[in-house]
Amino acid sequence: MFLNFSILVRYNFNKERIMVKSKICCTSQDRISQKTSPKWYCCTIETPGGMVPKISTNLTLSDYLGSAMARSSINRKHYHIRPGLYATGNPDKNSFVFVTANYKLTFDHLRKNMKGIDGWILVLDTEGINVWCAAGKGTFGTEELVKQVEQTGIKEIVSHRKLILPQLGAPGVAAHEVKKKTGFTVIYGPVRAADIPLFLTNELQSSGKMREVSFHVLDRLILTPIELAGTLKYCVLLFIFFIIYSWILAGNASFSQVLAKAFHSFLPFLGAVLTGTVIVPVILPFIPGKAFALKGWIGGIIWAAIYLFVIRNTFAWIVIVPYGLLLPALSAFLAMNFTGATSYTSLSGVLHEMKYALPFILVSAGAGISFFIVIAVIQNLV
Amino acid sequence: MKQRYFKNVVTLQYNKDNCTGCGMCVEVCPRGVFAMNGKKAIINDRNACIECGACMKNCAFNAISVRPGVGCAYAIIMGRLKGTEPGCGCGDSSSACCG
Repeated sequence: MFLNFSILVRYNFNKERIMVKSKICCTSQDRISQKTSPKWYCCTIETPGGMVPKISTNLTLSDYLGSAMARSSINRKHYHIRPGLYATGNPDKNSFVFVTANYKLTFDHLRKNMKGIDGWILVLDTEGINVWCAAGKGTFGTEELVKQVEQTGIKEIVSHRKLILPQLGAPGVAAHEVKKKTGFTVIYGPVRAADIPLFLTNELQSSGKMREVSFHVLDRLILTPIELAGTLKYCVLLFIFFIIYSWILAGNASFSQVLAKAFHSFLPFLGAVLTGTVIVPVILPFIPGKAFALKGWIGGIIWAAIYLFVIRNTFAWIVIVPYGLLLPALSAFLAMNFTGATSYTSLSGVLHEMKYALPFILVSAGAGISFFIVIAVIQNLV
Repeated sequence: MKQRYFKNVVTLQYNKDNCTGCGMCVEVCPRGVFAMNGKKAIINDRNACIECGACMKNCAFNAISVRPGVGCAYAIIMGRLKGTEPGCGCGDSSSACCG
């Protein structure tokens, strides 16, 4: 959700060299060298407040690759840019100042929507986190904004006293306090950076739609890789467990037979994981119920039914019970964790859901696992 | 269509007496919870509230209170396990809480 202003990168370029902050910046060592500078950096422009780096509004392949990686949890912690002031186009003292977070995905979203706009971009240090989450934590907040306003010399660079903030920064920033401390009026812009051109032609007014977060199928789909990546570690451990288990019971079977057997044991769980992290999130509104855990449970029971139907000739009927207890519980738990990725859940709502769902999931999963152990013991002893 | 979660669970409180009608709550709410009714704000769609806290933070007249927090089961569970407040696990690669 919150993706637009909010999406972003930590950039692993040399911090020393990217010194962009005015005034102190003018030794040759401090300039961004052509060699180490990121592709989106163009040059510096001179302002009454010092040198300001100018950035490109075109995204390159490496920006898209970086964003795909960050979304899959790869290198996510190194996807930030240096806080401070940047320029797009040829801004002057009358140009608008747009405030954003230093997650590079967020920064990229903003700059790509600044095509043809002469503006200033004030990047806050949100520790490489998007606007919405950083606002919740308070790093995209009044204090940091006031600090960046002072440090960047923006007061000398622009003659007006207005800052345009992404609306999703509002949970962290008290507009009236910023006004008191800096003299700047905070104007909350649209939720999505893509609406900025329209916001500007509307004389800085957001229409209803521009103010509300949307959460469509693509918004959900784009979040699923990271849900899946979060479970990867556990999936690998489970698979290794099945390999060891199959190997112990293998007798004189070959390694490939052991592997095949382990995969067969692993498959229903992999299906439950995919159901809870990808399928349920994507078709969320079409599954009945309000509670995410319930939606996940429904998805999980359907998956368990499909799986058991497909392998119906190969198993003892008794395993329906533990699969029926364990697989839906797993999908329910994972789907419940998707609450954090949506744009319409509240803390109170999630607490309400967890109060009922968590004990049910734990009991159901615990019973399922116990049942499997009993079956395994009986099978191998008898 | 606006997606909705449970009804009647949020902690949002609004004190009309303190409201000066500045309209800031209407402006910052990402869920259209508030609306203007003449010179006062009203709660128009309480159940849409996600408790982000933007309205409380930006109300200069203390007319609004809400317990802000993240609607994220993962963060709540981790918070309980670690004994900390539930926080968005953004820096933490194992959760999409923070898209």
